[in-house]
Amino acid sequence: MNIGRRHTTKAFPWRRSLWIASLLTPALVVMVLFVLWPLLSAFRLAFYEFNGLQPTGFIGFENFRKVLFEQPYSGWTWNALKHNIIVFFALMVFENGTAFLLAYALLKALPGHRIHQVIVFLPVVLSAVIVGFLWKLFLHPLFGLVNQTLALVGIGAIPWLGNESTALGSILFANIWHWLGFPTLVLLAGMQRVGKEVIEAARLDGAGDYVLMTRIIWPLIAPSVTIVTILTFIGSFNWFEIPYVMAGLTGSPGGATDVLGLYFYRTAFGSTTTGIQDFGQGSALAVMMFIIVAGVTAIALRYLRRREIEL
Amino acid sequence: MSRRRMGLALAAASFAWGLAAGVAHATDISFWTWRQEDKAAYNELFADFTKANPDIHVKFESFPDENYPTIVSTALAAGKGGDVIHTHAYGWLEQFVKAGYFEPQDLTTVPSLANQPADALVAGTYRADKKVYSLPFASQTLGLFINKDVFAKAGLTPPTTWDEFITVSKALKEKGIYPLANGMGTSWFNEMFVAIFTNPFLGHDFVSDLTSGKTTFKDPRYVAALGKLLELRDYMPPGFEGIDYDTAGQLFISGKAAMLAGGSFDIASYRTQNPAINMDFVAPPMAKAGDVPQVTKFFDGGYAVNAKSANKAAALKLVNWMGTKEFGDKFSALLGNISPIKGVVIKDELLAHVAKLNETAMPHINVVYFRFEKPTGSELLQGDITKMMSGSITPDQLAADLTDGLAKWYKPFQGK
Repeated sequence: MNIGRRHTTKAFPWRRSLWIASLLTPALVVMVLFVLWPLLSAFRLAFYEFNGLQPTGFIGFENFRKVLFEQPYSGWTWNALKHNIIVFFALMVFENGTAFLLAYALLKALPGHRIHQVIVFLPVVLSAVIVGFLWKLFLHPLFGLVNQTLALVGIGAIPWLGNESTALGSILFANIWHWLGFPTLVLLAGMQRVGKEVIEAARLDGAGDYVLMTRIIWPLIAPSVTIVTILTFIGSFNWFEIPYVMAGLTGSPGGATDVLGLYFYRTAFGSTTTGIQDFGQGSALAVMMFIIVAGVTAIALRYLRRREIEL
Repeated sequence: MSRRRMGLALAAASFAWGLAAGVAHATDISFWTWRQEDKAAYNELFADFTKANPDIHVKFESFPDENYPTIVSTALAAGKGGDVIHTHAYGWLEQFVKAGYFEPQDLTTVPSLANQPADALVAGTYRADKKVYSLPFASQTLGLFINKDVFAKAGLTPPTTWDEFITVSKALKEKGIYPLANGMGTSWFNEMFVAIFTNPFLGHDFVSDLTSGKTTFKDPRYVAALGKLLELRDYMPPGFEGIDYDTAGQLFISGKAAMLAGGSFDIASYRTQNPAINMDFVAPPMAKAGDVPQVTKFFDGGYAVNAKSANKAAALKLVNWMGTKEFGDKFSALLGNISPIKGVVIKDELLAHVAKLNETAMPHINVVYFRFEKPTGSELLQGDITKMMSGSITPDQLAADLTDGLAKWYKPFQGK
């Protein structure tokens, strides 16, 4: 049968090409319609002025100048960008750091590790909207589980989401609770690929858990770390659902939880309660987000991959 | 087939054709709105319209409030969308009119415009050509809800002046009742909260000075009025910075709080949630005894006709009907909203009282005058007010941010 098929393909190479093309076409059409076309549209609209909901004229880089250098827009842009950067580093340290420790603990196959594996991964399957609402309720100043528990030890009502100094941290905590299982599983898979003989050899040389973790496992799971880092970066700069549900479109209180995703959405599409839509400035923000995510991801991939090769 | 059977078949076919022809002559138009919760009431109203206009059927289609502007603008840009569109007012409407999405309305096409008071028509008028594009549907009033049972139980009288408000609030707090249910956890309501408590200190003269360019928000009157808001913090629930408007409503209707700064748009909802509630809606505390009680009023929106509608005549007919007293009477009765249509009879005692308060109301300054360009007064104020209430900026800073931000497009503020 195989010989026959190979013979057919060789005899009619265009048939094979046609077959491959027919398989690729639906995906390509979807990609062009829903990814490439909106992307190119956003690039185009970023250079237009809008009066109402229609473009009125080409204005070059004016929208970019406004969102980057003209107050109050520039203040809002830098504030949101600062929060995205904070989110990335916080997730790298707290989410991925905890995930590394958890993955190592699961690798050691301590009693009950299978059930722990499921528990850690369980929140990942929940929708971000559900997680956002859930934690918004838990953190409610009067009726929330967190403050009710703290009240037992005499701590008064803390407005976790209403206080500028605790709001972003609270939302980050909810995000970490939601996603912790994902980097844990990726890193665990990486650890499981490290040869047993390598670990045994290290043990024979007298390496303890700390040395094993930092000198053997950490360098050898570089490919998994690359994936987790890149995905965390992309996720941090596309962050939208959880802050939207927990802090609203304005990144309340007072912009303390504003991120580029929220700022882009309310600039481009407006909000019933703040007023008007500006597709021009919104598109400029979207283009900037794309450049940041694509640019940094490309550079980081190159750097991290090189690190993998050097090992 | 026998002749008799053929005759019957012919008769049945003629009857079916007649029915089909009847259907073909009817016009189906759609009404788009963000008011999902009003479906039953609107369907009842549209049934009345169809009774009077049997050739027009109206289909109610609703969309989530938060995404409504996006959905409507996307549909209209593609030449689609409902035949009649429920719109918000002022700056929200203007961006759609600028894009040419709505049909202008005048006394020829919509004679019932004559039934609208002048301040209502402003809400649906495009400033550049002075034409009406959306027939106003309801006014909303912002003021103070009073839980009468809580006051009676505490042996206190609802306050009318600021000093009384502070005295009564202290007494309520001592009795373990939250004097004011509000928090700062809902951005869109925070702006209303500011309007409710500052307007009695500002007065119509300030609005006139502001809109004629004589003053800005840096005016000492505005800064002082903002300063008054800081005094309220002691009488709001603990952790008020994180308490949203829904929670505040629950604290009020459950009797845990005695007062709630809120909108007349919630009267019906609070009654539904707690039918036993004994509440009043009054003007917020006046600066001093003898002042005119001043609630805050704005028009919520209106009914516009899609410029690309294939059934424009039918759509205009519907909009015209929605401007009649017949519609206004039933609309107010069914939805607990105050129709601006002249001569509308409001039977509900509390709503009639709110309508009376409207006679001396102040405008919702940001919504009526400062939502036309970016940055809007709303986004500037909503961003800063939580900071001011938490103490990280002062009333002076908020006033300066608001003025300087608006000066980007509001010429009277430029250079001041």
